[in-house]
Amino acid sequence: MTAVIEVSEVNKRFRIHHERSKSLKERIIHPGQGSYSDVQALRDVNFSVGTQETVGIIGRNGSGKSTLLKCICGVLKPTSGQILIRGTLAGLLELGAGFQHELSGRDNVYLSGSMLGLSTKTIDRLFDSIVEFSELEKFIDTEVKFYSSGMYLRLAFSVAVNVDPDILVIDEILAVGDERFATKCIDRIGQFQKEGRTILLVSHSADMIRGLCHRAVVLDQGQVIADGPTGDSIRVFRERMLADAPKPIEEAASAGSATIEAVTTPSGRFNILSGQRLQLNVDLVAHHGFDGHFMMEMFSTEGKLVTRTDPMMNSVSFSPGPHRITVDLPEVPLTDGDYDINLGLVGPDGYEVLAWREQVAKLQVTYNGRGAGWMAMPIEVSVN
Amino acid sequence: MIKEEASLSLRTPVDERPVRIVSAQQSVVSQFKSIWETRELLRHLVFSEIKIKYKASKLGVVWSMFNPALTLAIYYLVFHIIVNNGVPQFVIFLSAGLLVWNFVINSVSTSTGIVVDRAGIVKKVAFPREILAFSTIGTSLVYFGIQLGVTALYMVIVHQAPIWSMLWILPISLLALCLICGAIGLFLSAVNVYMRDTRHFVDVFLMLWFWLTPIVYSYQHTVATKLHSHVLLGIHLNDIFFINPVTPIVMTFQKVLYAHAYVRATTPDHSILNMLPNWSEGSYVTMNLILVGVGAAALLVALKIFGRLEGNFAEEL
Ligand SMILES: Nc1ncnc2c1ncn2[C@@H]1O[C@H](COP(=O)(O)OP(=O)(O)OP(=O)(O)O)[C@@H](O)[C@H]1O
Ligand SMILES: [Mg+2]
Repeated sequence: MTAVIEVSEVNKRFRIHHERSKSLKERIIHPGQGSYSDVQALRDVNFSVGTQETVGIIGRNGSGKSTLLKCICGVLKPTSGQILIRGTLAGLLELGAGFQHELSGRDNVYLSGSMLGLSTKTIDRLFDSIVEFSELEKFIDTEVKFYSSGMYLRLAFSVAVNVDPDILVIDEILAVGDERFATKCIDRIGQFQKEGRTILLVSHSADMIRGLCHRAVVLDQGQVIADGPTGDSIRVFRERMLADAPKPIEEAASAGSATIEAVTTPSGRFNILSGQRLQLNVDLVAHHGFDGHFMMEMFSTEGKLVTRTDPMMNSVSFSPGPHRITVDLPEVPLTDGDYDINLGLVGPDGYEVLAWREQVAKLQVTYNGRGAGWMAMPIEVSVN
Repeated sequence: MIKEEASLSLRTPVDERPVRIVSAQQSVVSQFKSIWETRELLRHLVFSEIKIKYKASKLGVVWSMFNPALTLAIYYLVFHIIVNNGVPQFVIFLSAGLLVWNFVINSVSTSTGIVVDRAGIVKKVAFPREILAFSTIGTSLVYFGIQLGVTALYMVIVHQAPIWSMLWILPISLLALCLICGAIGLFLSAVNVYMRDTRHFVDVFLMLWFWLTPIVYSYQHTVATKLHSHVLLGIHLNDIFFINPVTPIVMTFQKVLYAHAYVRATTPDHSILNMLPNWSEGSYVTMNLILVGVGAAALLVALKIFGRLEGNFAEEL
């Protein structure tokens, strides 16, 4: 398969000048470079994306995600290496599309459309669908500087998805829209996937990445540390985050306080009938005594979150040494399918992750009924 | 389902799609290619620029005439009324030069700041950044057009005809002007990103440049006659004036619009003033064609330099 995006050996170094003044006068008076330091934002990044693929990019703050997307869009040039792009690309980089604030929404649609290389005729043709999608009919002749950030995003997103790009690149912007528009965007992204376009998505929401992407690339300090199926990559990412979590001085070693060794079932099997009971035994070693809560998640094979337990509900406390947590799910009313289980321990406040394992088990549920959906909800009906 | 399949088949097969390569180096050919592909952007930038500038006022673009009109009025007052240079139809002589000069000043000083001014889009959208500098050539052309129109109207009113047979040289001259100003503007717009006070130096330099260009004075009457006898290293000093590429362009406009080489002064002595050189039509054509060549070469060099510098724009802004 021919790749649509081919990133090969890409390095990006930012040079931060400490003293150099940005003025010609100063340069003439004090020639020479001045002191500077280099930030290596991308390090030998290699990966390629094919048609019909949706790839997520994850990584902590400052890991180089935006830099990578900017290089792919062509806003930044890599210091070395090259990126090959086949087809038209529309990018939504951090905080909008770079509209001209003094111009109306209408003028900006034309301006940004032509920046993407569209002819005025094409934009004329697309204009109505862009405005319709953005739902900004009333504001389209208002200057963009009077838009709210959500309205700005709406217009930017509408332009990007309606210009019919082969490749869509999105950097964490979907968070700004209201819920309904966010759903609309995600639906549109889903439609894009069906149409065989390529999508590259940066998001800090693991759920969104899981829900939309087939594959995820994990960046850490500018390097690709994982590139594979979404679930695997998220696991690598979470484990890396956990391993490097800063340790508070007083409760040193609170992160990574315990190691989850194994997850088993009494029967030794992970397949059940819908509505049956499921018991899990979680073996772990606590490195010191602590209190916290047990938490678990289930994901469908499409990466949709099926359930996540309340992080404040199941409190546990440990003394140093090995322990077994017994988890009892009296009824699992799920429909047919495979479900990935992630579980772990969070701190007393429900935020801090103390131990976490991704995809520790794959639960196979067999449902013999004829109902549909995720859940075979047990209901009772009576006639009076 | 049917709809989905239809749109699927509409996608261009991967192997037939245009290929773009992002890397540290970029060839001038690929620069040209991407500029050509986004040429419509040029138009939108030009009109949006004009729109932004004059939207706030009711009179709109009419304001764009205010500045040139005032400049013209001041020079007329100073040189014709106060100094009494005795040049008949001095307004037309001045206009011919100011038309060209206003183009230079508009395009060069606006392009110098344009990349920094448009940082918002430069940091977020990928498009050939050269277009930004070229768009100022576009806006300057629009203002040039308006001023030319007003000048033409004035000439009709005062019954002053241009040299019709040489009118066709003006577009060549204008092309040379666009190329030269485009090259200078492109270069300065990139430099200004790295050294932000470039634009102040440019403004000072432009002022100096103005007085070194025969606009408010006649080259033939003032420069040629006085400096021709001075020879330095085998060069007549007056020829040094032609290092300034705007000089021949201004002189072409003066020749075509002002038309008269010899005029009788309006001063009491009615002496004969030699306002324009009596070069043949052919030499004006050659001169302008050479300038087009020089401009094109300068533009190539500027594109090359710009290509080198633009890689870091988004991070320097
Ligand atoms: N213009 C710039 N000049 C200097 N350094 C920069 C510049 N842009 C980014 N960097 C540095 O490059 C590194 C990567 O930044 P980048 O914005 O790509 O991170 P990110 O993964 O998008 O982070 P976030 O999750 O916060 O969006 C950071 O260390 C940042 O400081
Ligand atoms: Mg970012």
